[in-house]
Amino acid sequence: MAPRKLRAVDAVMVGMGWTGSIMARELTKAGLSVVGLERGAYRSPHEDFALPGIRDELKYRLRFQLMLDNATETISMRHTPDEDALPMRRWGAFPLGDGVGGAGTHWNGVTWRNLPSEFVLRSHLENRYGKGAIPADLTVQDWGVTYDDLEPYYERFEKLCGTSGKAGNLRGAMQEGGNPFEGPRQNEYPNKPLVMSQAGLIFTQAAKKLGWHPFPTPSSNNSAAYTNIEGQTLGACQYCGHCEYFGCESNSKASPNICIMPVLMADNRFELRTHAYVKSLVYDKRAKKVRGVVYINRETGEELEQPADMVVLCAYPFNNVSLLLSAGIGQPYDPRTGRGVIGKNFCLQVMSSVQLFVDDEINPFIGTGVNPAALDDFQGDNFDHTGLGFFGGGYLYPSISGGRPIQVRAVPPGTPRWGSKWKEETTRWYNHTFPISAHGASYAWRTNYLDLDPNYKDAVGRPLVRMTYNYSPNDRKMSQYLTDRAVELARAANAKVLGTPQPRTGNFDNINGQSSHHTGGVIMGTDPRTSALNRYLQSWDVSNLFVMGGAAFPQNPGYNPTGTIAALAYWSANAITTQYLKNPGALMHA
Amino acid sequence: MAENEVPRRDFLKGGALAATALGAGALPRAAEAQPAVPAVAAAPTTEPLLTLTADEAAFFSAVYDTIIPADNLSPSGTDCGCVAYIDRQLAGAWGNGAKLYRNGPFLPAKPEHGYQLPLSPREYFAAGIKAANAWAVKTYGKTFDRLLPADRAKTLAAMETDQAQFDGLEAKPFFEALLQSAMEGFFADPMYGGNRNKVSWRMLGYPGLPATWGSKAEALRGKKVSIEPQSIADFS
Repeated sequence: MAPRKLRAVDAVMVGMGWTGSIMARELTKAGLSVVGLERGAYRSPHEDFALPGIRDELKYRLRFQLMLDNATETISMRHTPDEDALPMRRWGAFPLGDGVGGAGTHWNGVTWRNLPSEFVLRSHLENRYGKGAIPADLTVQDWGVTYDDLEPYYERFEKLCGTSGKAGNLRGAMQEGGNPFEGPRQNEYPNKPLVMSQAGLIFTQAAKKLGWHPFPTPSSNNSAAYTNIEGQTLGACQYCGHCEYFGCESNSKASPNICIMPVLMADNRFELRTHAYVKSLVYDKRAKKVRGVVYINRETGEELEQPADMVVLCAYPFNNVSLLLSAGIGQPYDPRTGRGVIGKNFCLQVMSSVQLFVDDEINPFIGTGVNPAALDDFQGDNFDHTGLGFFGGGYLYPSISGGRPIQVRAVPPGTPRWGSKWKEETTRWYNHTFPISAHGASYAWRTNYLDLDPNYKDAVGRPLVRMTYNYSPNDRKMSQYLTDRAVELARAANAKVLGTPQPRTGNFDNINGQSSHHTGGVIMGTDPRTSALNRYLQSWDVSNLFVMGGAAFPQNPGYNPTGTIAALAYWSANAITTQYLKNPGALMHA
Repeated sequence: MAENEVPRRDFLKGGALAATALGAGALPRAAEAQPAVPAVAAAPTTEPLLTLTADEAAFFSAVYDTIIPADNLSPSGTDCGCVAYIDRQLAGAWGNGAKLYRNGPFLPAKPEHGYQLPLSPREYFAAGIKAANAWAVKTYGKTFDRLLPADRAKTLAAMETDQAQFDGLEAKPFFEALLQSAMEGFFADPMYGGNRNKVSWRMLGYPGLPATWGSKAEALRGKKVSIEPQSIADFS
């Protein structure tokens, strides 16, 4: 039966997380009628994130209450293109968000800007180290946008979130206490930095001893109440230690739900439809235009067609890739030849850590998702890579975001995992330990990519997205180097005992928590032969189709991606509202 | 009884639980010799099981008392409510496979793929208990719950280090599932049936909820925080 056809609108958003809500807001402001389709439920902070129930580690962290239901939809994983992929039957290495707000409800609030050199990565590395220094399989590219292009949009997102931090570079003038490596900012952060934790103090003192440059991590957990650019008021952070995996009960952690949705919901040009699972794009191959989307109303089972003049894919990278591949838009990437673009340059994040055991009272339960100290001395190309055998880097930070006891209770190496001795050591160290972690880049590698799985299907019969991914030789060398720096820092902090350092040496696994910072698959650039999107996140092939999110990153720098994802959404929205709407068509010509 | 006989907890037979019966003739001898045990709130004298059979409950009880033995830091895993915890979990949505992708095919997996069996957690634990008891019978001549404390520990260690060969199911992942369930029962909010009287939170010094520290975050930095822990029920 053909899907029931609905009344056409100007634009339809697929997914209502950060990018869907930002884009919907900018387009409705420009006078467009917009429908937002969200696969999951509505999430109302005062009901869904309320005390005391939101402080439930078992429900939210262990049972993934806010996350996508694996029984209905998941992805499959394999390490190399010649293996069979197996489904992630439940989340392990990472979860994927669900519902209005998407990952923006359960994030930690870490809000970075990329280094200027990251946006021109291949050019930068070739200029500094020579073309021959870059391995053939390291398929890194320039983004097609520069830091200067995005600066106003980074600021806009920080003013949407009330981001807390300290500038290190104001219009070229270095600022004491900020990040000396950051690109120039036009303005200071909207909020002052959060209160530094004991782990943050230890980290900061040790880093200074080594001559490194610690600074407060930029955080969208507001240090004080704040009214944002949409007139929405955010609360002050309560340091409850329940950010990632949880919703924020004090409305201090910025989310689409509190920062934008109330304005959209009051706007009659916008309509939100929840439980709307988009299964396909309506693609007019001859005209090279999308005419809308087909979705399933998951409350009734009915299939509906939503016609629209413009479609904006605002889902997670996996879903954006899936919709393009199943519609036949863009050439699928082939890891053997390196040709094709859809699925290309899939990246994650290369995390590692070392545990410190100290005399200090750490009070891990008083904290935020953003433990407020970090250093960028080993980020990107802030250090000379000559002779190191790898490119990229990451930031170091004391990675403690709560003292939730099912999961946060490290013991020194050699301690049994159960029995009286385990209990004794757990009790001894619970309040006296924290990790120093490296949040490492994931630079694109030829054999890491996304396509559709031939064996496994989701609950409505669509193929699962297949993730072919492993740590590359570049990742492993970088991880060893960054972990060595973390150990150096831990030694400078005079830790009584050090845990066993954990650089990424083995295969990627779906068991141990890593990071839900997936990027690539629909990357942006300046050449349709090597990118799926132009610099405005417009499809090269279909001019009324735009694709948002981490999917557009040509490779993933060593930063949490949300700040850049949101800045790109504002940048794209600006191009749409100031250029595209006047003359719908390609914004760039190859 | 004979010197080397350790009866399993009789209360687990017939469904009648005397859950706080420390030293009531039901504990392994090693535990009886432990110093004073921190008090737990009195549990109901009879505690019905939602899904576990008596044999399964006896197995979990023996495992949890080995992983979390009674000592001066806490009562035993069973007395902290860990059996009640796993019974409720396995009876509920999670235990019956909610949020678990269960479509085939079930292809040969690497360990890095994580859990890949067709079984729900309820079915998986049932199969694991049967396999572990069969191994204990083969090795020691009796089921796990009837082993001496030292042999229980040896059995768990053999599973943990992949030395135990079970029939039809891998021992090490099953050990990991048991350990994880013990930690959840011991450390989760007491409303799930374990962590009775917030005993593990007291042990750690975890203050629980509602944890709105706000302006105190700076004043308490680096200081010992000694407050009565609060659970979700305390604020409901």
